[in-house]
Amino acid sequence: MDLENQARIKELAEKLGPENLVVILGGAEAEASGLAAETVSNGDPTFAGPLAGVSLGLPAYHIFEDAIKNLVDPQVYDDQVSMMEMVLDVDEIIKEVSTYREQYAKF
Amino acid sequence: MQDKKFIILGDRDGVPGPAIEECIKSFGGEVLFSTTECFV
Repeated sequence: MDLENQARIKELAEKLGPENLVVILGGAEAEASGLAAETVSNGDPTFAGPLAGVSLGLPAYHIFEDAIKNLVDPQVYDDQVSMMEMVLDVDEIIKEVSTYREQYAKF
Repeated sequence: MQDKKFIILGDRDGVPGPAIEECIKSFGGEVLFSTTECFV
């Protein structure tokens, strides 16, 4: 994950409390989405950025997951997301993101 | 979920940040920041 974004997320978690934050991902493929979910919950596994060794415990959801999708206005979802949902490997992406969330998210 | 604050990490080749932002705002979610990463 982008190092600048790691820094912003760390700062927001410290300022607002990690229990108040949720990260929403739009990743095109499973591995990168899982990596982002791992970074915001358990820390940066590549040890390259500000979240290296920092376990914020933030829950990350992909926008395709029902927990988020079901909250969104269906017309907005249809306009903004559904086309990508048709072409990407939704099941694999959700599996990867939810695995990291269930393992490391604290909230 | 609705009372949480949201951080959006979109993907240029997947769902970009602004598209996710529209979704979150549609149910009244507060977006703290939204970005679109490029994994290429």
